Amino acid sequence: MFSKVYGVGLRGIDGCLVQAETDIQDGLPSFVMVGALAPEVREAQDRVRTSLKNAGFRWRPGKVTINLSPAGLRKTGTGFDLPIAAGILLAEGLPAPDWLEEAVWIGELGLSGEVKPVRGILSMVLEARRQRKAFCILPEENVREGLVIPGIRILGIRHVRHLAELLRCGREELLLQGQEGGCQEEAQLEAYAVDYEEVQGQYLMKRAAEVAAAGGHNLLYIGAAGTGKTMTAERIPTILPSCTLQERLEISRIYSICGLLPPDRPLMHARPFRSPHHGATVQALTGGGRSPVPGEMSLASGGVLFLDEFPEFSRHVIDALRQPLESRKVVLSRVSGRYEFPADFLFVAAMNPCPCGYYPDRRRCSCSESQIRSYLGRLPRPILDRIDICVSSSPVAFDELRGKGKTEPSAAIRRRVEQARERQRIRFAGTPLRLNSQIYGEYLERFCRLDAEEERFFRRVYEEREMSARAYARVLRVARTIADLDGEEQILHRHLCEAIGYRRQEEWNWKKTE
Amino acid sequence: MEKDGMNKPEREHVYLYWLLQLPAMGAVMAGRLLNRFGSFAAVYNMEGTRLCREGLLKPSQAAAFEKHKERLAAAARQYEALSRRGIRFVSILDPEYPSRLRHLYDPPAALYVRGELPEEDRPTAAVIGARSCSSYGYQTARMLGRELAAAGVQILSGMALGIDGAGHQGALDAGCRTYAVLGSGVDICYPRENRHLYSRIPKQGGLLSEFAPGQPPKPGNFPMRNRIISGLSDAIVVVEARAKSGSLITVELGLEQGKEIFAVPGRMGDPLSEGCHQLIRQGAALLSSPADVLDYFQINGGEKLRLHEKNENGLAKKEKMVYSCLDLQPKFFDQIVEESGLSLEECMTLLMELELKGRIRQPAAHYYEKKM
Repeated sequence: MFSKVYGVGLRGIDGCLVQAETDIQDGLPSFVMVGALAPEVREAQDRVRTSLKNAGFRWRPGKVTINLSPAGLRKTGTGFDLPIAAGILLAEGLPAPDWLEEAVWIGELGLSGEVKPVRGILSMVLEARRQRKAFCILPEENVREGLVIPGIRILGIRHVRHLAELLRCGREELLLQGQEGGCQEEAQLEAYAVDYEEVQGQYLMKRAAEVAAAGGHNLLYIGAAGTGKTMTAERIPTILPSCTLQERLEISRIYSICGLLPPDRPLMHARPFRSPHHGATVQALTGGGRSPVPGEMSLASGGVLFLDEFPEFSRHVIDALRQPLESRKVVLSRVSGRYEFPADFLFVAAMNPCPCGYYPDRRRCSCSESQIRSYLGRLPRPILDRIDICVSSSPVAFDELRGKGKTEPSAAIRRRVEQARERQRIRFAGTPLRLNSQIYGEYLERFCRLDAEEERFFRRVYEEREMSARAYARVLRVARTIADLDGEEQILHRHLCEAIGYRRQEEWNWKKTE
Repeated sequence: MEKDGMNKPEREHVYLYWLLQLPAMGAVMAGRLLNRFGSFAAVYNMEGTRLCREGLLKPSQAAAFEKHKERLAAAARQYEALSRRGIRFVSILDPEYPSRLRHLYDPPAALYVRGELPEEDRPTAAVIGARSCSSYGYQTARMLGRELAAAGVQILSGMALGIDGAGHQGALDAGCRTYAVLGSGVDICYPRENRHLYSRIPKQGGLLSEFAPGQPPKPGNFPMRNRIISGLSDAIVVVEARAKSGSLITVELGLEQGKEIFAVPGRMGDPLSEGCHQLIRQGAALLSSPADVLDYFQINGGEKLRLHEKNENGLAKKEKMVYSCLDLQPKFFDQIVEESGLSLEECMTLLMELELKGRIRQPAAHYYEKKM
């Protein structure tokens, strides 16, 4: 007998519909699975066979052949156990219900017959809906996650022994059992565990974070260890604009595939903050594997990617940042095809000012000029050129540690950031631009025009400081954001001054320009 | 060799140039050989074994000396190439050889010079100190170089990073000549960071070295270089030096040669000034203004430098508020915001203005200090 049920596999971060075709014939007993299977999929035969037996199902000894089609697509993950089990029961003689064509099965089986949760449910259910399926049968523990997606009925299953009764249900009955999804998620206002309220002092670093968040500018903190670089950086997500539902879904999809969704929450409620260790490999950042899974850059998409001790990262990792910073996505090419992962993050890096970390405090720092220069020079220029804002951090004063009173909470800063973003949205309507950090070329002329007096002032600074053309564009972009935060349509003197203040250290060649 | 068109001093130069190429031929030995035989040509004509008998060479060196004679022609060619490369060869036999050096126990037998030699009758001060100096030290050395040079003192130093370079830079700022004694050949720029000094000093003063062109900056060269710095100067100014600093070697040599020592005091507990404090404790003159050095040279330096008052004039009220928060030590931006009580944006603008006016500077990003 022959049967056909639907499952969903993953390709990158997208789901793709897979048919599980099962055929049982008389002959020497055997169990064969075909269809470009990864080892964990091939192992499904043992799990399925044992779990069906332990759940009390018996079938005649015979030749079992299972094909997962399309046969050319490589299948990974453990979500095919359930469709295979259902397929075997049907091929063994259970009458096929009228809704079988409209249903998708996802789940991993344990030997006792229990149905275990799998990763990537969001993408799979999205794919099922896209394929106009009406039902999605999921492990009970994944039901909450599946319910996020509207327009498809979700059914939970706890144990294989319920499989037979489920297959005997009629369509009406199934409709009653299933739940319709949709996002009636409770509004999470204070979604973050941290807040800028807790950071005393550190005016410069906080202000730089605000400007970076408002204009999407990449940020570099330079300062000794223990000066609050990480503390400031990890709070940047709290001042980014609140997530829309669509953004939350996008973020959650990737977390779901990586198995990082918090068990109590089917949707990520906060913008991510990812801070990989400097020993991370290129694959850990970009994503990788024969069937690629997303890496840190994609996990940070929609939020902040923070690389502490930036020069300590391997040169390959640093270079791998270049393309995603430009195109806002990671593209991985494999024999099996091309995979695209989102990588739309705010990039924040932190580093020491010199090998010992104390420069410019010469009482403690005895690094030579050339050591300092080569330490800064370890970062490739193409990366530095993509960093608009650079500020120093300094050891924290005693008063600041004692906390002389509360400082501004993140919510207040976030309101200013959101207003600035709104101004940008209106300004950039009808252009490919979204944020000030993306202004380039002709748009620079159009959106960052200076009045005569400011023009004169900037020219003077440009010439005296021997700025480069890139530095010029950087200053204008950042000044545009500062003006937006200030609620000004025109870039004014004070905006320029502040933007020039965020230039990079090595552009500041004080011994010669003095 | 004898029959070419060279005059006698030129020929002596060639023999000396040849002799100095002998490995292990130091200034003291070259001087002894000259004293014994009267001319370097005579030295060339001696046999290695005889020099050995007289105790001027070690037995092991005698053979090397004989073998080295084969290279005379090559040495002559190299010597002639020197002038084409703009390098002068000044030997101890020449009248222009600095008379200050003749008094040393071990005067260099010859100096390679690009540019000029220091003037004989002008007061000369060496400005020396730490390579990794604070920006206060850098500014002080530069100011001293500028003020002293402008008052007519020749500034001499070693073109090292930090204080040395700052002294040179100061003299160049004042449009005066300055002289650098190198620990490598004069055709090598060491350290590379000081290329701007290296290219400018030959036109505005001179680069001096006792080491042949092409000789790399070996660590052992620097103490030898220091004896020339101290030997050529009348006064030695130490700006910043740690407790164990190479500058203290120069001072030691200077004291043996009877030079006046000035030390710039630092703050209590500052390791970068430990060496200076040690010198003051031992009796070095305390330097609190360029006038102290000028007084020693009996030059009228005019007004004493009054840093803080001079600079506050002509500033707007708010600029003064920010300016008065600053110091000669770098101060971080956050602290300035805190102390001035102004908003962050305002502070940023005012600091930018002050910087453009040349009143303050940033030794590192977002650290500010007053400019001297």
